[in-house]
Order: sequence, then C-alpha cells, then structure tokens
Amino acid sequence: MCDSCNCGSGTPIIVKPGPDHHLDHDYGGHVHHLHDLDRGSRSIRVEEEVLGLNNKLAAENRAWFKARGIVVLNLVSSPGSGKTTLLEKTLLRLKEERSVAVIEGDQQTQRDATRIEAAGVPVIQINTGSGCHLDAAMVLRAAEALNPSEHSLLFIENVGNLVCPAMFDLGEDKKVVILSVGEGDDKPLKYPFMFHAASICVISKIDLLPYVDFDVAACRQYAGSINPGLRFFELSAKTGVGMEQWLDWLRGLGGAIGS
Amino acid sequence: MNIVDIACTKATEAGGTAIREIEVEVGRLAGVMVESLRFCFSAVTLGTMAEGAELRIIDTPAEAECMECGTKFAMESCWGRCPSCGSLRLNVLKGRELRVLTITFDE
Repeated sequence: MCDSCNCGSGTPIIVKPGPDHHLDHDYGGHVHHLHDLDRGSRSIRVEEEVLGLNNKLAAENRAWFKARGIVVLNLVSSPGSGKTTLLEKTLLRLKEERSVAVIEGDQQTQRDATRIEAAGVPVIQINTGSGCHLDAAMVLRAAEALNPSEHSLLFIENVGNLVCPAMFDLGEDKKVVILSVGEGDDKPLKYPFMFHAASICVISKIDLLPYVDFDVAACRQYAGSINPGLRFFELSAKTGVGMEQWLDWLRGLGGAIGS
Repeated sequence: MNIVDIACTKATEAGGTAIREIEVEVGRLAGVMVESLRFCFSAVTLGTMAEGAELRIIDTPAEAECMECGTKFAMESCWGRCPSCGSLRLNVLKGRELRVLTITFDE
C-alpha cells in the first residue's frame, strides 16, 4: 500500500515517544463532489508539477533549517539495513560534541523513537500509517514540534524503502543511502533512482563480510556508475570498524555548538 | 493523488463541473510506472469531479548532456555513459518531467 496513489487509508501521525503525545491528526486529502455532465467542454493549460507542492514545502523547510544553522541528513535505505543502530551508535558518540536531534519515520510504532530517546537525544516519531515515505509537509510539522536547537545536526530516518523516498525532497542538505552487506551488491543497479538522488553511500554491517557473498568493490563500481559523485563509507556500527571516518565527516558538517 | 487534486482544483477555479480528460507528461526518468498510474487513476478519481475522466499520458524521452565533452544524446535509463567520450558525468536535460499539462472539463 502506498499513499502516493491514495490506495492507503491511514493518515500520518506525528508523536513523541511515550503514551498520549499525538501532535497531529490533521493530514489528509479532500474530495470534490461536483457533477454536471450535460454542457459543453473546454481545455485549459495547467502545466503544474505533480510534486510541486512537496517541492515548495521542501524549499521552505530548507530555508527554516538554514536560518537556524541546522544541518539535515535524510537517511534512506531498504528495511533492515541498520539505520537505527547506526544512528544510535553515532548519537552516543556525537551528542557530547555537538547538538543532535532525530526525526524518525516508520509506518507504525514508536519503537525507533524509543531507542533514540534512550540514547539521550531529542527525537520525534512520524508514523505514516499506510504511507511508504516521508514528505516535506510531515517533516515541517515534526521539525516545528521537535524544535532542534540552532547549529544542530538533524537526522531524518526515512521509512525503510529504496523506491519512493528518492522522489520526495524533505528539505535536507544531503540524502545518505545505507546498504548493508546482507543485501545484494547489485542493489544500486536495481534501485538506481535512490543511488542517483543520494550524495553519500554507507555500506553497513561489514563485520558480516566473511559470511556473505557481497563484493564491496563491485557494489561501489555499480553505485559509482549511477552517481560518479557518490561518497562512500564502509563501517560496522556493531563492532565500530569504520565508524571514525563516518563520525569525522559528520563532525565537519556545518557549525558545532558555539561556532 | 496530487494529479487529481491539481486537476480538480484548476477545473473548479475555471468554473468546471466534471473533468473529461487529464493530460499528464511523464518523463522516462521520472520514476513513474505508467501502467501503475493508469491502474490507480480510476480508483483515486472515484467520488471526485474527475470520476470517469480519461488519463492521457504524454511520454517524454530522456536526453542528457555529457559534462566532459558536451555531447547530447538520448538516455534509456537513469544511468548511462557518454557515447562519445565514455564519461559517466552527465547532466540530464529532459526526462524527469511529471506534470499535469492540460485538463478538459464540462462547464
């Protein structure tokens, strides 16, 4: 089910972890009922971008973040690539050095937000209901409710899906696509839109490389053929291998507290 | 879906009552399956002023320009290689369109 085609029935819900913190129940479409078929017809030029409204809201988000010196990363991947674990380990290291905050996106549950909250970082959860991606309107409301401090680094963990999130600008500075070695090394070829839209590619769970048939060099070549500007990190959040390079890159983004 | 919202809003503004046809431009690199779009269209228009309308798809081929040598060429997928110099550094000129072009409605 996918809310792009309105085949879903739910509405996105934005909540803080814990009971009874629903902030928003008012996101839905509208229906027109106007029928009068027995008159002449005419055509008009519309020339309107189908994603125009999302793009406009994303531009407003970007301006909102920029005015506050907030650097925003949109983390995208298929389900199970280890986004939340990578975030947990990253936040535990970074939170002492700079202000960080998280917007979590999932179809259902506050489980991820609860994990991030346990790491001691401000977090807000968006539940998209039947939706398969976050959009700029959801992020706007979540960001206003979360109200990240100035100069913070804001991570948006998108719904696990390598397809639709590629098309929806949230107002982020960069998309980070995460690909675990438990998946196929040819995923960049199968889901090229996402690898084209991203500027960073994290190859995760590399501690599993001895046990799986994942060719890192081939994966990088596939991804690089779709997006020659893609920057790679290879790491294991579990063992910590490769985490320093990733953290160093994050440390260099935007201004730290007090700068 | 946004296509129906856009069409209904514009038709209402123009004094329309029922939409006969919606013309949508879909670039080949837009990431949109035209078959899926058609499949959904009749469902999402139910109960709207676009119920029963025809969905006309304008297919726009993709074109890219090589950022190394400037060659322009047709692209068939969202990655490719310059046919002249083999570079992967390409600027997509056309093919990402996803636009409602025209609507036809009863007055």
